[in-house]
Amino acid sequence: MSRYYTDEHEWVDVEGDTATVGITDYAQEQLGDIVFVEVPDVGTELGQGDDAAVVESVKAASDVYAAVSGEVIEVNEMLEDEPGLVNSSAEEDGWFFRLTLADKDELDDLMDEKAYKAFVDGL
Amino acid sequence: MSDNEENLKQLPLGDWHRGLGARMVPFAGYQMPVQYEGVMAEHIWTRTEAGLFDVSHMGQLQLTGDGAADALERITPGNLSALAAGKIRYTLLLAQDGGILDDLMVTNTGHNLYLVVNGATKYDDIAYLREQLPDSVTLNHLEDAALLALQGPKAAEAIAKLGIDPHEPDWPEPTDLYFMEAGPFLWRGIPLGISRSGYTGEDGFEISVPSEHAETLASALMELEEVRPIGLGARDSLRLEAGLPLYGHDMGPGLLPVEANLSFALSKVRREEGNFAGAERVLAQYPDKAAKKRVGLFVDGRQPVREGATIVDDTGASIGVVTSGGFSPTLQRPIAMAYVPMDLSETGTAIAVEQRGKKIACTVADMPFVKHHYHRKPKQ
Repeated sequence: MSRYYTDEHEWVDVEGDTATVGITDYAQEQLGDIVFVEVPDVGTELGQGDDAAVVESVKAASDVYAAVSGEVIEVNEMLEDEPGLVNSSAEEDGWFFRLTLADKDELDDLMDEKAYKAFVDGL
Repeated sequence: MSDNEENLKQLPLGDWHRGLGARMVPFAGYQMPVQYEGVMAEHIWTRTEAGLFDVSHMGQLQLTGDGAADALERITPGNLSALAAGKIRYTLLLAQDGGILDDLMVTNTGHNLYLVVNGATKYDDIAYLREQLPDSVTLNHLEDAALLALQGPKAAEAIAKLGIDPHEPDWPEPTDLYFMEAGPFLWRGIPLGISRSGYTGEDGFEISVPSEHAETLASALMELEEVRPIGLGARDSLRLEAGLPLYGHDMGPGLLPVEANLSFALSKVRREEGNFAGAERVLAQYPDKAAKKRVGLFVDGRQPVREGATIVDDTGASIGVVTSGGFSPTLQRPIAMAYVPMDLSETGTAIAVEQRGKKIACTVADMPFVKHHYHRKPKQ
């Protein structure tokens, strides 16, 4: 399994043709207490850069964009009752959705862990 | 860092906030602390203990001179000439057409009027006041004063520990003040103006302190176990729960006091006199003749509706707008303020809000959403 990152602070775990998407620990820290996550419907076809999800903190709503294109095949149902999982476990239990990768070449646009760390350190 | 951020002014306590781990954001032209440990924790701390807020961005003004109250009454609908020394009134600064230019607190100190106005509007307010007030009234902008707010059920207990003395030996202690009363005090020789007031719905105090002593006072308060620092994020969620409107969001120059659900600020004698700016337009809506009204909303489900979301009717046509919306940490559900047509403003009315193409069911709710806990003077 390989993990990729975007400059919008999302992570993408790729296993075969399936990608799992969430937001990074840095992102949840910036957003603060998360009270609601709107995930896409299963079956939604997402293009790279499309609005994919919305994260709501006490104060504000933030868009989450699709890091890669594909069809949504599963969403994290746990977030409905426990949106705080994104705060407590952003990069594991707080994942948002899974999709079937439409174009693996899009992964070339993303960062690896080292590059993302350097990106965050530069902010 | 953008050019915009470089132009931001620093408040007296800017570095002090950074030292406490605050995240600073641009607000009203200043670098302001938006949060420390987190909005939710800070909100709940203020509702259960005592929160310390730096609101030094707000404008502190003094009006001095004979007839200052009468002159201010020409552009506000409050009964300010009848305000006794040591008392505070909430009022509205009105444009010539009755539109709301700001909301403010006016204190009769006994020898002048002390005004606290919003940070984002203070320079416009000062220009308007200078233009409208006669030469016999002097306006002084207290730019060298910081403003701290201590809010919460343990605010009185905390402030009592500081050893603040009345300005004169036989005058009241800070904790002798009731809600909407104010007085002059001394602390370690530093003059303080203390009001029993705030913007959270809790009991609490607002303390005007010379800027050079702000850090000493803030640090002394922070040493108390009841006190933690609170950022702008929780200030917003606290005032929303308390049903208190935010200038520039829930009211503005295009809105009149009655539709903004601020009729309580139109004092009876001033309504009868009808001699304030825009009185004809303002009073034409009184008491219930406005076409729309600011109301509270309970939002179904867990997803908040936000400022700018539209209220829609059955056909999907826009009939109103959400002006503040967020998640209530106390009630653990989303709440909002919105302008709705008068015939849909009754408590319990079902309303639909459209946000990002999705319809969200809401119900008109009584405000405050969370009961106020002011230290009111007992009825005689």
